[in-house]
Amino acid sequence: MGEGGEGLGREGGLSIGMIDKIVPVEAALADVSDGSTILVGGFGGAGVPEELIDALIAQGAKDLTIVNNNAGNGEVGVAALLKAGRVRKIVCSYPRTADSYVFDALYRAGKIELELVPQGTLSERMRAAGAGIGAFYTPTGYGTDLAKGKETRMIDGEGHVLEHALRGDVALVKAERGDRWGNLVYRKSARNFGPTMASAAKCTIAQVYETVELGALDPECIVTPGIFVTRVVKVPRKPQRLDVEKAA
Amino acid sequence: MSYAKLTREEIAQRIANDIPEGAYVNLGIGMPTLVGNHLPNDREIFLHSENGILGMGPAPAPGLEDMDLINAGKEPVTLLTGGAYFHHTDSFAMMRGRHLDIAVLGAFQVSVSGDLANWHTGGDAIPAVGGAMDLAVGAKNVWVMMEHLTRSGESKIVERCTYPLTGIGVVKRVYTDLGVIDVTPRGLTASCLVSGLSLDELQRLSGVPLARSGARAAA
Repeated sequence: MGEGGEGLGREGGLSIGMIDKIVPVEAALADVSDGSTILVGGFGGAGVPEELIDALIAQGAKDLTIVNNNAGNGEVGVAALLKAGRVRKIVCSYPRTADSYVFDALYRAGKIELELVPQGTLSERMRAAGAGIGAFYTPTGYGTDLAKGKETRMIDGEGHVLEHALRGDVALVKAERGDRWGNLVYRKSARNFGPTMASAAKCTIAQVYETVELGALDPECIVTPGIFVTRVVKVPRKPQRLDVEKAA
Repeated sequence: MSYAKLTREEIAQRIANDIPEGAYVNLGIGMPTLVGNHLPNDREIFLHSENGILGMGPAPAPGLEDMDLINAGKEPVTLLTGGAYFHHTDSFAMMRGRHLDIAVLGAFQVSVSGDLANWHTGGDAIPAVGGAMDLAVGAKNVWVMMEHLTRSGESKIVERCTYPLTGIGVVKRVYTDLGVIDVTPRGLTASCLVSGLSLDELQRLSGVPLARSGARAAA
């Protein structure tokens, strides 16, 4: 939307029926700049927007900060982005898994910065960003190494740690279905960080397996309302990988 | 006197028996996951998974795995009838917000005052914390499931944790392969010692003061 509200009116600018956030995958990531902070959905292999990550690799943006629960598995998704040398820093809760060897090697070689954040704090920091909250006090991590150097306060007799909002320039999320207004529904535990990340970035790009007509998603059951979504990309459904990772 | 340590499955069985009907429970990754295999069929117990599941069911039959439906350890699971999915921020609100009755967690060390060390062994290891700190501060009852001694025979119940802390004064009870230790304001109490193990011997192995507990309080 332009400044001063042009494009918002129903006459001139865009007219009713013209809002269509569904774009081809190449166009979706064209404006990602070097140095961006990118929120990437997924927990383990569930909910990882692999096609968008592949498109980001093809697009070429570098010097990125990636926010994800993990630090990549195998050589797909976030691991592929790491392997391509595009990531300066990763913010995550659980980088160490059975097959996180791409991250492990970069970390041990001092080629990537790690900010380790308790998982609920990671999620809540993004929720805060999406909700316009600057920072918050949480009891999680109080008195531990992960609270070192942070402001603390006793609230109702319990130690709390000040944690700041974590905002993304871009969020990449995976949903199951979306419509042209950007409304999204997810599938099972692949929902995980998607709704929170969608709210926490300046530009949210969602990949979906199905695009549906307006009204096809039950308004009572829309999980991410379209206001949080900038672009929707339809990707082909592919068979699930059943390589079960024995890791956290 | 000789005694036999409990197997992991036997510890899991003991913990499962202590979970009351209607409890909302999070089972940590690793050893605590075994507890899910022993939940009594005649009780309704709600298993929570940090990645957005309440009413988590057992592993699916081979061939029916759905990698969009996994537990915190990334293994395929199922959803019980009546179960629910939700996003991560809601899931951690349940954890941090004192809505879970019991979290069963693994540990490297537990101190006499209930400090928990279970996320990092320090040194060169790549640190990973996941949801451990949120569960530690948030669950109404933090139960630890672990072997009593390290492989080299050192007690994992300690005066002060030497590994980095996960939470301070959070552990209420420790289930080990030798017995059950409750963390009380008056110190540690021991019960349910394995057959043939005396309190004196358990105290010698533990290296910290242990009192005999009376009837163990229900969760």
